[in-house]
Amino acid sequence: MATLLQQIVNGLIFGGLIAMVALGYTMVYGIIQLINFAHGEIFMTGAFGGLAVYTWLLPAEAQKIWYVALPAMMVGGAIVSLVVALLMERLAYRPLRNAPRLAPLITALGVSVFLQELTRIVYPGANSAVPFPNVFSAAPVHIGSITIPSSGLLMLVVSVVLSVVLQTYVNRSRMGRAMRATAQDPDTSRLMGINPDRVIVLTFGIGAVLAGIGGVLYGTYINNVDPYIGFQNGLFAFAAAVLGGIGSIRGAVIGAFVIGLIKNIADIYLPGGTAYDYVWIFILLIAVLVFRPQGLFGEVERVRA
Amino acid sequence: MSETTAAPQAPVSTQTRPLLEVRGLSVAYGAIEAIRDITFSVQAGQIVSLIGSNGAGKTTTLRTISGLLRPKAGEILFEGRPIHTQPAHAILGMGVAHCPEGRRLFPRMTVEENLLLGAYTRSDDGVAEDMERVYELFPVLGERRQNKAGLFSGGEQQMLAIGRAMMSRPRLLMLDEPSMGLSPIMTQRIFDTIRNLRDLGTTVLLVEQNALAALAQSDYGYVVDLGRTTLEGSGHELLADQRVRDAYLGES
Repeated sequence: MATLLQQIVNGLIFGGLIAMVALGYTMVYGIIQLINFAHGEIFMTGAFGGLAVYTWLLPAEAQKIWYVALPAMMVGGAIVSLVVALLMERLAYRPLRNAPRLAPLITALGVSVFLQELTRIVYPGANSAVPFPNVFSAAPVHIGSITIPSSGLLMLVVSVVLSVVLQTYVNRSRMGRAMRATAQDPDTSRLMGINPDRVIVLTFGIGAVLAGIGGVLYGTYINNVDPYIGFQNGLFAFAAAVLGGIGSIRGAVIGAFVIGLIKNIADIYLPGGTAYDYVWIFILLIAVLVFRPQGLFGEVERVRA
Repeated sequence: MSETTAAPQAPVSTQTRPLLEVRGLSVAYGAIEAIRDITFSVQAGQIVSLIGSNGAGKTTTLRTISGLLRPKAGEILFEGRPIHTQPAHAILGMGVAHCPEGRRLFPRMTVEENLLLGAYTRSDDGVAEDMERVYELFPVLGERRQNKAGLFSGGEQQMLAIGRAMMSRPRLLMLDEPSMGLSPIMTQRIFDTIRNLRDLGTTVLLVEQNALAALAQSDYGYVVDLGRTTLEGSGHELLADQRVRDAYLGES
């Protein structure tokens, strides 16, 4: 029983991480119907960006004060992710805006490999795993026999808060309304005076900032990073977005928590343990898609003129 | 009444420059030319209609004016300035609103959100006031302002589409088939509204297959056939013309 509760807590923490990445997948898909396979690498560059801030920008005294170091790293990681994502949109995807859908998809795979290898070559020591400082090292929280690592709890809280802020922004603000309008009917949105490029850039930007913050929090939780963390976690996040219904913000968050829980419960209770957790996640995904192809909260494929 | 010739010809009654001038406009979808060398103009303060059969190029013409399509040749001047090189979102900002064929509301958004999107480019204080004006004009929308637009009937959706287009305070309002799918009573109400908007100072460019209803309301009209204008004249002149009656009013 204690083990089960512990795995549930671990699953929620992991789900919180995946949610911060899945939101970028689902929003970009909602606006331009592109599965941005390079989004995992945005998360990864954010983690390295945060690490770079810690290593080269923060003075030794500041490194030890978590409430200075961590926000600085989160801002640094978010900025690196933002810059990488905006360059990617401008240089790789925008020229293919009116190309057949397969072209940007293959390009996304290319950008993904490019960013992995670029990080490996450019970042000192990134040929193998690089240690990531545990900047948020407050004492773990104990509830009965369950231990909640403070950096994990922080990741969960930040993820939930950012998801709620994002959902509110998209539902209530003027730019959020423009984003929803563009997702529903791009041509008519242009007739409303909405500049589609602006909406697309904003969408990539929001996804990148969330992923970059997620990357830094992941580093402080796991305590090491390498250029391939984006691939692995990106795959989970992509599965979460599809499970929840790609294009749906609420769906991506709920899908992420479902996947986090399944992964951590499968690690202990299902045959194969940690080696097979991918198998259980994708069996669930396939099962859901067989009965609900649009995912848990997705809309039925809309007809476009 | 006159046959249109290659040279653009200013309609009667005013010496001032037309609000909208379309000159020698051609638009193609790939290799297929949808409109060929179309020329017409819209005087400020009038209701001008383009009538013609299905596939004549009327919708293509409006979509090109609003910037959704790019012309292959020709030019479009609004208040004397060329707009055919501008992106669609900028053309709205210049004062041209387009209420597209099939209404194209945002069905999963509320009435209020649809109207706010119509006012997307505005940052002045008058938006709330204009929204109230739409609700006064169409009380059924005011009563259900928090309902999703997709739940309304065809006529109600058309009201919302017109209301949404008005929210940008356009100087030129382009309406594509506003009577499509509506009952005769609802059609009458929509046309009353259009005349009302004209009287309040909005210039209207109307595209209709329902030639009888459109011409009866119009100050001026053009007959479009196979991608070009073939006849023009005041609404009453065109209504009285035997060629128009034969071709479009079901009298033969």
